[in-house]
Amino acid sequence: MPSADAPDAPSRSRNGDVVIDVQGLSKSFNGRTVVRDLSMQVRRGQIYGFLGPNGSGKTTTIRMLCGLLTPDSGTGTCLGYDILTQSHLIKRRVGYMTQRFSLYQDLSIRENLEFVARVYGLADPRGAARDAIARLGLSGRQDQLAGELSGGWKQRLALGACILPSPDLLLLDEPTAGVDPKARRDFWSEIHALAAEGLTVLVSTHYMDEAERCHEIAYVAYGHLLAHGTVLEVIARAGLTTWTVAGDHLLALADRLAHLPGVDMVAPFGNSLHVSGRDAVKLEAAIAPLRGDASLHWTQDKPSLEDVFIDLMGQVKDNFQ
Amino acid sequence: MSEGTRTAPAVRRLAAQPFGRFWAMLVKEFIQLRRDRVTLATMVSVPLMQLLLFGFAINTTPRHMPAAILLQEQTDVSRSILAALQNTSFFDFRRVARTEEEVDAALRSGEVLFAVEIPAGFEKAVRRGETPALLFIADATDPVASASALGALNEVTRTALAGDRFAAGTASAPPFEIRQHRRFNPSGSSQLNIVPGLLGTILTMTLLIFTALSVTREVERGTMENLLSMPIRPTEIMMGKIAPYIVVGLLQAALIMGAGVFVFGVPMVGSLALLTAISTVFIATNLSIGYTFSTLAQNQLQAMQMAMMFFLPNILLSGFMFPFSGMPTWAQWVGEALPLTHFLRVVRGVMLKGSGPADVVRELAFLMGLMGIAMTIAVTRFRQTLD
Repeated sequence: MPSADAPDAPSRSRNGDVVIDVQGLSKSFNGRTVVRDLSMQVRRGQIYGFLGPNGSGKTTTIRMLCGLLTPDSGTGTCLGYDILTQSHLIKRRVGYMTQRFSLYQDLSIRENLEFVARVYGLADPRGAARDAIARLGLSGRQDQLAGELSGGWKQRLALGACILPSPDLLLLDEPTAGVDPKARRDFWSEIHALAAEGLTVLVSTHYMDEAERCHEIAYVAYGHLLAHGTVLEVIARAGLTTWTVAGDHLLALADRLAHLPGVDMVAPFGNSLHVSGRDAVKLEAAIAPLRGDASLHWTQDKPSLEDVFIDLMGQVKDNFQ
Repeated sequence: MSEGTRTAPAVRRLAAQPFGRFWAMLVKEFIQLRRDRVTLATMVSVPLMQLLLFGFAINTTPRHMPAAILLQEQTDVSRSILAALQNTSFFDFRRVARTEEEVDAALRSGEVLFAVEIPAGFEKAVRRGETPALLFIADATDPVASASALGALNEVTRTALAGDRFAAGTASAPPFEIRQHRRFNPSGSSQLNIVPGLLGTILTMTLLIFTALSVTREVERGTMENLLSMPIRPTEIMMGKIAPYIVVGLLQAALIMGAGVFVFGVPMVGSLALLTAISTVFIATNLSIGYTFSTLAQNQLQAMQMAMMFFLPNILLSGFMFPFSGMPTWAQWVGEALPLTHFLRVVRGVMLKGSGPADVVRELAFLMGLMGIAMTIAVTRFRQTLD
């Protein structure tokens, strides 16, 4: 951490603990708005989950934060630096892990890490790379080409390269896509360990279990930030009532339920259906006749994060499309 | 919003078309071709360019070759010979030299390709019927260019002077002797011209492609996104990508030069250090141009196509394949803008004529200017963001 009187020390934002603080970010490509009026705050040491369907503007937002894209409008700071004018300073202190593996496939693990260390101007690039290899548990394979690694190891290497220059903020764009559950779990343990040391992590994901591992989450769809807060807060604020129904002929039942007034969403979950509605009274009235059916087993349930997200997505689709 | 009922997709019958799959492939290829603007542009522009260059620009019989005249006497005969030569349109007398040293310097620096010397007492000798010698000095480093002019000389001078009562002589023999002197390449060996030319051509072709692919490759492989997110400047990326290939280029140059000198017997008259310095500038210039293509192209294929489009005029209009002085003015202007043209003059000058630093400074300045322009475009065009 640079001391406060260092020449390039960030100007303290109102809340010294806010690492990302952006207001009204918008970005469009060829007339298509990808991010619309997005504002968000992320505090130091937080793991901030960034969720949303494909094409909802997650990657675009992350790229705007680290200076890879220039917002059409909006202002904000990242680590206290202006995202519009000081992206060169942001880059020194941010580790960005791209969605697609973007280290050099034709360089070995060690060569890749040494390259990163040299670009960031570390004092001892060879030593830094050696330490990172040991930390990643790749000591025996340091001369293997990065392109030959399996998906899980590529992802570990990419994370290792990101944290090599000891950044203050990690931006991870779908880091666990296509990675097996064991590797995902290890990855998340590592993220939590890093956050405990004071590193702030913004991570985008599609996985609900990963969302639940975050301190806070934000949900974006069609460029809009629809909900944010802790997982429990987001679920509570959605105001959904959910019933689970188990039984036979669920497909036919789902079709029938979907057309009932008061039922906003029907989603199959294994051998049961999640039936949700924003108005608890109307929902109960709608399913009342079906609850008499002996072949069906109804229980009132808590809505899952996924129920909430799918409902939010449905709402935003109605409002903006 | 039900995800429930879904009708099973109707099983489609396999169409009994023998060319069905071929047709599928053909349709796909046409669609992709239509979307690839640069390839489409190449299809039209390459044949047009070749037609234009071969059809109009190239002429193996050079005209208006820059020449100097050294008049040791001012007489009617010398003046009418000069006028007659000027009228042939083979020569364009740009300099009236006063001393033999001046003629020599003009030939060495490449300012003129020919020099005509009329010795003192020429007219008197003609009148006495002594058949004095008229000296033609040709820069024979490009034997094709000089040979055609020299070949035409005898006929030209005789017919041109036919009307002159002093110089006409008899119908069978001219009243003076034409003595030809092939400077720098007395045997007229074409290898002496081709090997230095190849040095420039091979360097242009390989180096352009090395750097033309460098940025687009990073973009295509997805490594550019990572690179841009790191604290590295466009100038640093460019310099770091160009520098290794300067070494590669110098190794290539050493290989070609070695083969030229030891296998083909090309002389090395001038300074090797000067040639190395010039080659380094030429190599860096080509690498910068290739790098500029790399920042302009969308993908590796486009970058390759741009490099080829640049290479074609370089090889045709630089004086490597066809004499520079045989081309029309517009083509010479295009040629003047190409790095290979300037390098060829310098490399022939240093290797075959022994040109010194003062002789090559103009061409060198041009190469450096071109490099500066290319690098400026590359750095300003380099996309620091993914916008």
